Amino acid sequence: MKLLTLNFLTCAIKSCKTSPASFPLHPRDAELEIVEADVNLAFLQNILPRLMWAELRTIASELGLPTLPEDIPEREALVEGRGEGEGEGEGGEQIPSQTAKDLHRVLLETCIQEGKLVCGNCGHEYAVKEGVANFLLPGHLV
Amino acid sequence: MPDYLIRLVQMHESFRKAEIQALAEVAGVEIKVVEYHEDSPYCTVRLPSESAATAIMTRTILAHGIHELWGRGQNYEELHHSVKNDSSSLWSRYHLTPFRFTLDSFRGARTPAEQRTIIESFSYLDFQGPIRMKDPEVSFRVFEHYDDKATAPKRLYLGRFVASSGRHAMTAYDLKKRHYISTTSMDAELALVTANIALAAPGKLFYDPFMGTGGFPIASAHFGAVVCGSDIDGRSIRGTGGSSRKGQVGKRDVAGNFKQYGTEGSYLGAFVSDLTNTPLRVPAPSSEGHGRRGAYLDGIICDPPYGIREGLKVLGSREELGDVERATHRDRHKEPSYIPPKRPYSFIAMLDDILAFAASALVANGRLSMWMPTANDEDIELFIPTNPYLEIVSVCVQPFNKWSRRLLTYRRLGDEEVDKEQVEIARKEYEKGVKADDLNIFRRKYFEGFKEYERLRQEALISEETAIRKEKVKRPGISEIEK
Ligand SMILES: [Zn+2]
Repeated sequence: MKLLTLNFLTCAIKSCKTSPASFPLHPRDAELEIVEADVNLAFLQNILPRLMWAELRTIASELGLPTLPEDIPEREALVEGRGEGEGEGEGGEQIPSQTAKDLHRVLLETCIQEGKLVCGNCGHEYAVKEGVANFLLPGHLV
Repeated sequence: MPDYLIRLVQMHESFRKAEIQALAEVAGVEIKVVEYHEDSPYCTVRLPSESAATAIMTRTILAHGIHELWGRGQNYEELHHSVKNDSSSLWSRYHLTPFRFTLDSFRGARTPAEQRTIIESFSYLDFQGPIRMKDPEVSFRVFEHYDDKATAPKRLYLGRFVASSGRHAMTAYDLKKRHYISTTSMDAELALVTANIALAAPGKLFYDPFMGTGGFPIASAHFGAVVCGSDIDGRSIRGTGGSSRKGQVGKRDVAGNFKQYGTEGSYLGAFVSDLTNTPLRVPAPSSEGHGRRGAYLDGIICDPPYGIREGLKVLGSREELGDVERATHRDRHKEPSYIPPKRPYSFIAMLDDILAFAASALVANGRLSMWMPTANDEDIELFIPTNPYLEIVSVCVQPFNKWSRRLLTYRRLGDEEVDKEQVEIARKEYEKGVKADDLNIFRRKYFEGFKEYERLRQEALISEETAIRKEKVKRPGISEIEK
């Protein structure tokens, strides 16, 4: 699972959801893999304002990834300029900036393959196997 | 704004207009449907430009192509009159251009001699360029629409070809050629149409809470969306065979499907979960003036598991657990062989849960496209689940014998559009449980036909193939003759 997914995932236990400590889930014993992909600038531009930035930074640091800037980048910071295009205005393709490439690396190329995701509120551990996290709750927690 | 003629496919009729209108929204262009009939494959629309027409058509599944409309009429006299009146200013542009001129007769057939006569009747257009049956620079076509078994056409059009549709995608995504599928996978054609109607597009994030082998996320990724999914059955996600990570052969899984289509970069991944205990964030549907709501999805597409065969279940026990049982679950849940208990889940409760989740996680103008089986019974056909944060956009029906399945598409309202009173009413109803009681009769009727529905669902693929063949028979091909 690509790391961006962790920006949407919280504890599956209903009573935990109201507690701020249940988000983000904390990766433990995580085995990471980099799966390279083309930079998807349109997607980064769209998703950036929806990111929970502080929580993303927490996870990046817990996984030992390069530190993300303290403040969420501006949308404009994702574009370096425009390529050689015909005509004015629209011109060529937008070129992703280093900021965009760094974000792309963290969110869309870094994958958790094995390990656990742990709720900071109740301590429940969700296993990740072959890149698939299991959030089915045991009987006593439903 | 010029008029364009769309040559639709004559099947899945009720999905066609919804698809075209959705794609106009994706392209950000205004569209006015001038002429549309369920029993006709010809639809005329008004669009701002040729580039708008191309943008819409290249993604359309339920059409063959789009043409600039040069004239229309109920007989050839009217058609010629209309061409001379409406498009004479355009003729000279193609005076010397290499061209092709063909005839498309729907439910009718013309002998080569008749076709030649028809095409020659347009000689006043004065095209002097060379005729090229292959790769012409411009292509004209006369469209004839016959009533069943009629000897003369009832509607005629002349069009200049602008763009082909995106229908070839259904061949590329054909289930027969897909790496990993299951018996409940939806055929590629309708999965792609669903993704279009839900406005899947580059830059967007889509989710399927009942993904199975990933049919909808795969279709959404084809149109450029970034996707993720979940399923209560981990086996459907992880697939069968050995481990791809350990390099074992024969591994078939959802990730492999994305690799097959070259869209693995758009696949965030999948997780095992059930909707009633979703691990996804569920931000409050109303921001209450606290700034951003925290919504993150642009689209949700799903075909929830209504069937009896699979059983409708969510996590949880049938009855309250005793102390001993609870302790057993607590002690065992970390063992690899532990199977969480599941309880039966009411159909209505599931629909409400899906809508509530959509209301919470979708951004404003995001869409929920949800498949739902329906009896062909008056009371039931009218039933559309509602949520005060969602507005129904389109209802498309795929009819079978005693059952139909419908694709319900909702738009997430902007916060300022939400009716506060409706929110309050819905909340009270939910607390009183009124809804469930009132719907008991409905529910009983609903479930009675499920065996029939399941059988039909299996037959759907077969009948669709038959329909495609039938259409081929009905259309004796697009006749091509030289002027
Ligand atoms: Zn928790």
